[in-house]
Amino acid sequence: MVRSALKSCLNGLAVDMCRCLHIIRMQTIERLGPLPYHRPTDLASALRLAALPDRKVIAGGTDVFPAAAQGQRFETMLDVTAVAEFSKIEISDSEIRIGAAVRWMDLIRADLPAAFDGLKQAARQIGSVQIQNSATLAGNLCNASPAADGVPPLLTLGASVEVASAAGGMRQIRIEDFIQGVRKTALQPDEIMTAIVMPVPPAGAGASFEKLGSRSYLVISIAMVSAVIATDAAGVITYARIAVGACSAVAQRLSGLEQACIGEKPGSVDVTADHLVELAPIDDVRGSAIYRHEAVAELCKRAIIGAAG
Amino acid sequence: MTEVMPSETRLGFTLNGQEVTTTATTGDRLSETLRERLGARDVKIGCNAGDCGACTVLLDGAPVCACLTPVHQVSGRSVETLAGVYSNDPIAQALAERFQDHGAAQCGICTPGMMVSAVALLRKETAPTEAAVRDALGGVLCRCTGYRKIIDAVMARPAPLTAEGDHVGARIRRVDGLDKVSGAEVFSDDLAATGMLEVLVIRSPHPRAAFQFRDLDNWAATTEGVVAVLTAADVPGRNVFGVIPQFVDQPVFAEKETRFRGEAVAAVVAEPAVIKRLAQSDFPVVWEALPAVTDIRQAQDSGAAILHEGRAQNVMCGGFVTCGDAQEALARAYVTVEGRFNSGFVEHAYIEPEAGYARMVGDRVEIFAGTQAPMMDRDSLEIILGLDGSKIRIVPTGIGGGFGSKLDLSVQPYLALATMKTGQPVRLTYSRTESMQSTTKRHPSDIQLRIGADAEGKICGFDFFGEFDTGAYASWGPTVANRVPVHASGPYQITDYRAESKGIHTNNPPAGAFRGFGVPQSAIAQESLFDRLAEKLGMDPLEFRILNALENNVQTVCGQVFAQGVGIRKCLESLRPAWARERMQAEAFNNAWDTRKRGVGIAAGWYGCGNTSLPNPSTIKAGLKKDGTVVLHQGAADIGQGANTVIAQIFATALGVPTKGIVLIGPDTDVTPDAGKTSASRQTYVSGAAARLSGLALRAQIVQRMNVADDAVLRLDGGSVVARDSGGRHLLDLAALEAGEDGFVFTAEETYDPPTKPLDSNGQGVPYAQFGFAAHLVVVEVDTRLGTVKPQKFVAAHDVGQAINPLLVEGQVQGGIAQGLGMALMEEYIPGRTENLHDYLIPTIGDVPPIETLIIEEPDARGPYGAKGLGEHVLIPTAPAILNAIYAATGARICQVPATPDKVRAAIKALEK
Repeated sequence: MVRSALKSCLNGLAVDMCRCLHIIRMQTIERLGPLPYHRPTDLASALRLAALPDRKVIAGGTDVFPAAAQGQRFETMLDVTAVAEFSKIEISDSEIRIGAAVRWMDLIRADLPAAFDGLKQAARQIGSVQIQNSATLAGNLCNASPAADGVPPLLTLGASVEVASAAGGMRQIRIEDFIQGVRKTALQPDEIMTAIVMPVPPAGAGASFEKLGSRSYLVISIAMVSAVIATDAAGVITYARIAVGACSAVAQRLSGLEQACIGEKPGSVDVTADHLVELAPIDDVRGSAIYRHEAVAELCKRAIIGAAG
Repeated sequence: MTEVMPSETRLGFTLNGQEVTTTATTGDRLSETLRERLGARDVKIGCNAGDCGACTVLLDGAPVCACLTPVHQVSGRSVETLAGVYSNDPIAQALAERFQDHGAAQCGICTPGMMVSAVALLRKETAPTEAAVRDALGGVLCRCTGYRKIIDAVMARPAPLTAEGDHVGARIRRVDGLDKVSGAEVFSDDLAATGMLEVLVIRSPHPRAAFQFRDLDNWAATTEGVVAVLTAADVPGRNVFGVIPQFVDQPVFAEKETRFRGEAVAAVVAEPAVIKRLAQSDFPVVWEALPAVTDIRQAQDSGAAILHEGRAQNVMCGGFVTCGDAQEALARAYVTVEGRFNSGFVEHAYIEPEAGYARMVGDRVEIFAGTQAPMMDRDSLEIILGLDGSKIRIVPTGIGGGFGSKLDLSVQPYLALATMKTGQPVRLTYSRTESMQSTTKRHPSDIQLRIGADAEGKICGFDFFGEFDTGAYASWGPTVANRVPVHASGPYQITDYRAESKGIHTNNPPAGAFRGFGVPQSAIAQESLFDRLAEKLGMDPLEFRILNALENNVQTVCGQVFAQGVGIRKCLESLRPAWARERMQAEAFNNAWDTRKRGVGIAAGWYGCGNTSLPNPSTIKAGLKKDGTVVLHQGAADIGQGANTVIAQIFATALGVPTKGIVLIGPDTDVTPDAGKTSASRQTYVSGAAARLSGLALRAQIVQRMNVADDAVLRLDGGSVVARDSGGRHLLDLAALEAGEDGFVFTAEETYDPPTKPLDSNGQGVPYAQFGFAAHLVVVEVDTRLGTVKPQKFVAAHDVGQAINPLLVEGQVQGGIAQGLGMALMEEYIPGRTENLHDYLIPTIGDVPPIETLIIEEPDARGPYGAKGLGEHVLIPTAPAILNAIYAATGARICQVPATPDKVRAAIKALEK
């Protein structure tokens, strides 16, 4: 349904685009005060506006405003929160689709399979209730912070992002490919994210999220681990997805550890240095690299047990 | 359809039930719109980044940070602020009552955020669990209360206020609490009118830099909306300020070279819209970064650049106290222990950044800003402005926390210079980062200590050497240097003692006054080593402290002898039941758990109330009007601790009328005499003593005039005083009396100055007229694999002499413990790296466990009704108690705070090897 809306908007684009650019050109010439604030209510308009030069996408504002320095003039803003399709969480037989304006609190309240419990636990620990009421999952991905709490659980759910532009249409990118580095994503200048899409998780899979910080609430993670685990009747692990954040420029899945889990009972998984090769933690004010490495091994064990529990 | 909004657009929404329309510009935050366009100044801005939650409002009933909400998003929706819910919602009204009953608002700056967040919760859940309350309020930081009273208020736990009477000892609501819970309180940034000229201070981006201005006149003339530029050349008096006369060394604007990151070099005065768009880099100044010294070792190297002429090796000053022969005693001691302890910069992190406004009234400058020391502000401005004090008026506004830093000037000189230069009213509000970069911090410390004990467990030799990073300017550094050697012994009997301190200049932010003035740092060293001594002796740590506790008629390390009032033994003894119980429970817990270990720690502290060996008088004036109104000129700045209430209770008790009904006039320098600065835990004691004398003097006049017995019961009945004594009922018609220029028919003004004597070259003398005492017990749980430490419970014993108001005593204890917890576990200010409340962590509501306060009352003969100071005492034992508890839980000794998870884990790992 969302996709058909997208197609129809692509068809009618050319005419509207001109009108829009015209407005912008006038503003630029005037150079008086800030640039416009766009708040489209449908996808077609959103994509048309996304093609504007130097526009800044804003949703919850929880990353945009804190990054603003004294004297910073805001660019043209494209507020995506009023686009009707973007606020939906849709569950079908084949996928689970979270719109680009879905806020963390919407996710917490949504009825989702148990494999999403890790994502929900992360949601409850993101900032505060205030942040959860404003911030979106999509924004967490687009901001591409190494310490983004949303990324590890989305990695364990095999999530892809759906991005679209008026010119290029729609494409899906795995999160692993979407987040390319610190504050760097695969979004093209004229693209916006439209949804996060996940396959239906294996039946019976559970999930968990382990966050390590120096205080309760409102804390940037020193490290975090998310796991999705399924076990057979004997309690032996048959499916494992484990991802770590804040220990590398981009959150990583630990494929070696995932493989090592298969055939083990959750409590007997040993996390070795080899399992953490994907990680490259750094020293910063929140903790040393050595500490992160060591803590992550422990968090992985807990996450596996928690997800299986 | 697309809703294209031009750069300026009109939008409408419902604000507190009323339809409003406003103009919105791209990038406008809801917080700004509410405060500046719609007059909703009850919405507070603490960080402008979603880190503190003070600006929380309800958007369609859900709490959001107004500072992160684009105003365009509220179009057509409902926004509620504290003032709105207080007016419209019975849930909020009931909560406001409970907030007052519990003392859940101290300074009140976080209260709007706390209350609206709580209202959102209570609309959904009428009887929330504590966990639900924590989750709902976890996004709002409070620096005063320690959160426990807020939890109590939201959960509607019982609040046993005193039913009859409101004099000394009565547990009553604070007298100024209603405005804090209704949103009506006016804080530093709440008075200036929208549209007023604003000031932007231009600051050094480097720890040390040379700089040159380009053509400032041309820049000002050609930059639209700029009204004036201020630099050192615009300071009509002397370009210098400071708080200690011999150490006045800080320029208002640096000249040629800056000495720390964030130091001011210039200020721009301009229209608000221009200030909003003005980046630091727009200002025409060229910086040249210079080699900087940022640690005290480097600063004392012979090759290091000297920050201040005449301060060789960058040593600002030192302090020294000795008695007996420490080395000889250590040589003969049965056991000795030694250690080196370090702490970093700690930021006050009050939720209200510095702000204010100033205006010219005729040839006088008036400054409206939050402050802890209005008269000192005026004295400093006299020098800077080259004006007589009579031409300067300081009007303190409500203040959103201080904790020592707001004793120093911040916005005041810039405001004064800007209004004098332009002739127009001006406004200045620091950003969070600006506040953190430019105002004072707690001194980092590097302490070496050796202590011995004899075979019986009595202390035998104590040798202390502490160096403190006082940063680029002296501020209160000399006070720290003086106080530390006097207090480093802790509240114990030590006959052979030597303590030396040094304050060292670096290119770091100025370190100044912060709750405890260096004593929390020295207590970490001393109380940690006391635990090690007890262990080496095979003694119980609590009994070891009781054995060595200071007593009446025993000399302190300064040779001072108190014949009365020494309450430390009682504090320690009061912890015995909890000590036994909690250690047993921890042991049971530890037997059941593998990677979670609990430990119980204790520590004690003492703190001398008032200035060290210097005069520090307070004057309190009061009067009675014809209509029977009692007016109290309460000049002690109430920064949330409760001076307005405590001083009023003392005064009312002395006068013999109810506290309720007394009209308070605050510390406006034009109308209220100097009650000194709010620091050094001196207001309850010193201003309280002055208030008592003033109350007694006023009473004496009335009693004499009415010719009734000294112990007559007075009652104010409209325009008359009714006195009842053994001779019966007497009436005095006040209307018949002649009123003086203040409108008072009776008036009294009394001064109290604590009796102290100078310290000699060995630190012997009478530094303080009274000490207060404290002992804390804490239970912590350590996750031994991750190194995280979670305090579970505190029991805090405080000898306050006489609790003037037990509710406020508990508030001080809980708030002080939260700050001590932060210092122990998470807080470290690193210039350039933790300059916001995102990276600089202070405890949240999830970090502070239940706190049981044991009020010990060992009266002090000098304190009003026996009362002693309390504010700083609380923070002193907390950190060492936590470190001792970590040891009890894990065997790991942590000698550096904050004990962040990586440090704790490293210490545990070292033991495993």
